[in-house]
Amino acid sequence: MTYQYPSHGQGQGYGQGSGQGQSYGHGYPDSPTAPVVAGWNDDRTGWDTPTAAWSTPPTRARVERPRSGEHLLDVRDLWIEFATRDGVARVVNGVSFHVDPGETLAILGESGSGKSVTAQAVLGILDTPPAVVRSGQALFSGEDLLTMTPERRRQVRGQEIAMVFQDALSALNPVYPVGWQITEALRSRRGVSKAEARRRAVEMMDLVQIPAAAQRIDDYPHQFSGGMRQRVMIAMALAMRPKVLIADEPTTALDVTVQAQIMDLLATLRAELEMALILITHDLGVVADVADRITVMYAGRVVEHADVHTLYGAPAHPYTRGLLASVPRLERRGQGLHSISGTPPNPVAIPAGCAFHPRCPYAQQMCRMTEPTLLRIGRLDRASACHFPPEALDARHA
Amino acid sequence: MSDLEMAATTELGTHAADTPPAGATPPPKTRSLAADAWYDLRRNWIFWVAAALVVLVILMAVVPGLFSGADPTACNTRRQFAGPSGGAILGYDFQGCDVFSRTVHGARASVLVGLFAVLLTGVIGLVFGMLAGYFGGWLDALLSRVVDVVLGIPLLLAAIVLSKRLAADRQGSGIATVVIVLGILGWTTAARVMRSSVLTARSQDYVAAARMLGAGPLRIMWRHILPNALAPFIVVLTITLGTFIATEATLSFLNIGLRPPAISWGIDIATAGKHVREAAMPLIAPSLFLTLTVLAFIMLGDAIRDAFDPKLRR
Repeated sequence: MTYQYPSHGQGQGYGQGSGQGQSYGHGYPDSPTAPVVAGWNDDRTGWDTPTAAWSTPPTRARVERPRSGEHLLDVRDLWIEFATRDGVARVVNGVSFHVDPGETLAILGESGSGKSVTAQAVLGILDTPPAVVRSGQALFSGEDLLTMTPERRRQVRGQEIAMVFQDALSALNPVYPVGWQITEALRSRRGVSKAEARRRAVEMMDLVQIPAAAQRIDDYPHQFSGGMRQRVMIAMALAMRPKVLIADEPTTALDVTVQAQIMDLLATLRAELEMALILITHDLGVVADVADRITVMYAGRVVEHADVHTLYGAPAHPYTRGLLASVPRLERRGQGLHSISGTPPNPVAIPAGCAFHPRCPYAQQMCRMTEPTLLRIGRLDRASACHFPPEALDARHA
Repeated sequence: MSDLEMAATTELGTHAADTPPAGATPPPKTRSLAADAWYDLRRNWIFWVAAALVVLVILMAVVPGLFSGADPTACNTRRQFAGPSGGAILGYDFQGCDVFSRTVHGARASVLVGLFAVLLTGVIGLVFGMLAGYFGGWLDALLSRVVDVVLGIPLLLAAIVLSKRLAADRQGSGIATVVIVLGILGWTTAARVMRSSVLTARSQDYVAAARMLGAGPLRIMWRHILPNALAPFIVVLTITLGTFIATEATLSFLNIGLRPPAISWGIDIATAGKHVREAAMPLIAPSLFLTLTVLAFIMLGDAIRDAFDPKLRR
């Protein structure tokens, strides 16, 4: 299977009104080396024609949004540690990102890069202890999720921000019919009557395109296939119409063919319900068609962020380059598969300097000494945490 | 029939199963977990056998006169070990009492002791296990140590002390005393089993999903963890029920359980055991009923556990 990246266009409707020629850099400091850790602005794009068919990707159109300066969800400089037997595991180290309604942010990283922990912290379902949120903010409509009262927190959960789990089979309670589960929150928190809840459950199952919803409402999770189960999970998360949906590796447990359908469904729903979608994944392939912007994490840090076209077309950070190079491609048939040498760092002992230096083909002495900050690159809407600008890396590579 | 035809029929069959023809069944209402379990139980013959036995034993306990008109306390040593006769179909025991009548009347004490002691055990075990497993931390440490301490108390020794203490305050058969003694000392296994199932269930994704949707601790414990943690607990309780009825016999035998005016299988087994060479029936009859009762409750527990697990449904 080959993935087609937006930047490789190939007449699939990408690249129209995207990336090139737009004016970026509003409000950016003049210095090209100014850190842009927080408050990273961009022009957002969104689907304007929702469609369920994988073969016909929706065309992208620019959607102008007023710049109010406040994002729907704005995570700023988040630090999270775990107390373990071997010492303090620094799992999230100063992560920042934001999303707005109708946009999709993909958070990309290997297992252990801190992406799921970040999502759990935002949602407030992180077990503390062992986890400790050291510092940072998670502003939802200007309100800090990390400091609000537990009661207010519970209000936000599910109603404003919801999450789709990786493995729907274990995320659905085995002893209840799916219809019961989809509307449990509606019944218990909004006082919806049983008959009304039943109607809403069918409605939600229709929305996530489960065939014969009315007949399957009393079936149990184990009676569904993997893809259908994930649809049930999505319906459950969306039952209260949250403004932000976090999907934590929603397709990892699924077949490749089903992955595409679920991704498509998420994209369609995001557009239909005008919500913000955060896609957490380790798979570059599945997000290419859905994401607007991508944040790449490594060892609990953001190492690069950019809009999807720039990231796939001209990755700036050596780690992102390695990830892209390791995706199997049809045109490189016959050649060996590329992989990033080494293993992800142990969060208890993150390497000094740039955390990626032991695995980086470009590493120099300074990479072992100094930790690079996330810097804006050129005038484009992208930033990378590497001591070397992309051109320098290109020159070295050549 | 060719393979193709077979395939087509199977296809049709499954399709028909997926979408029942309109009018065949009324539109299904949302069934609760209990209603689904009941639907499953109704089609389980083991459940019916167990339920029939349990109903029989409970009937014996409530209205013994229905089964035997003879007075179990009208004993006459002249009839010692007499064989079956018109009035007493199982003959007479050491004291010259009607064996069948005593067995029927003995059900009441045994069933009362068993049921109430298990009820007490279940409540204590459920609360301890759920709190320890769900909240963890210092509460778990504290409750687990309490369990360890109670588990360390020798049952018979404590039963002797406790029943002397409790019996001093009340006259009568001593059923309440035995129930309290068994309940206070016997809940530890149930609590431990509950705690470990709760620990397993609470780390499941569906609990995280419920929290993600804003469910509070009570709802998570009651609606999400309990149904998933109940199966081993029910099994332990049914086994405990059997051992409690047997322990009641032991306590009665040691003269710290039920007192002689009361009639129980335990007392009768204890007395008849000494004279088994002279007559076996006074031992066999109460033992058989005790075994059947314990078996019935265990089977009932098994069937109920299976019915609450949707994956085992046919």
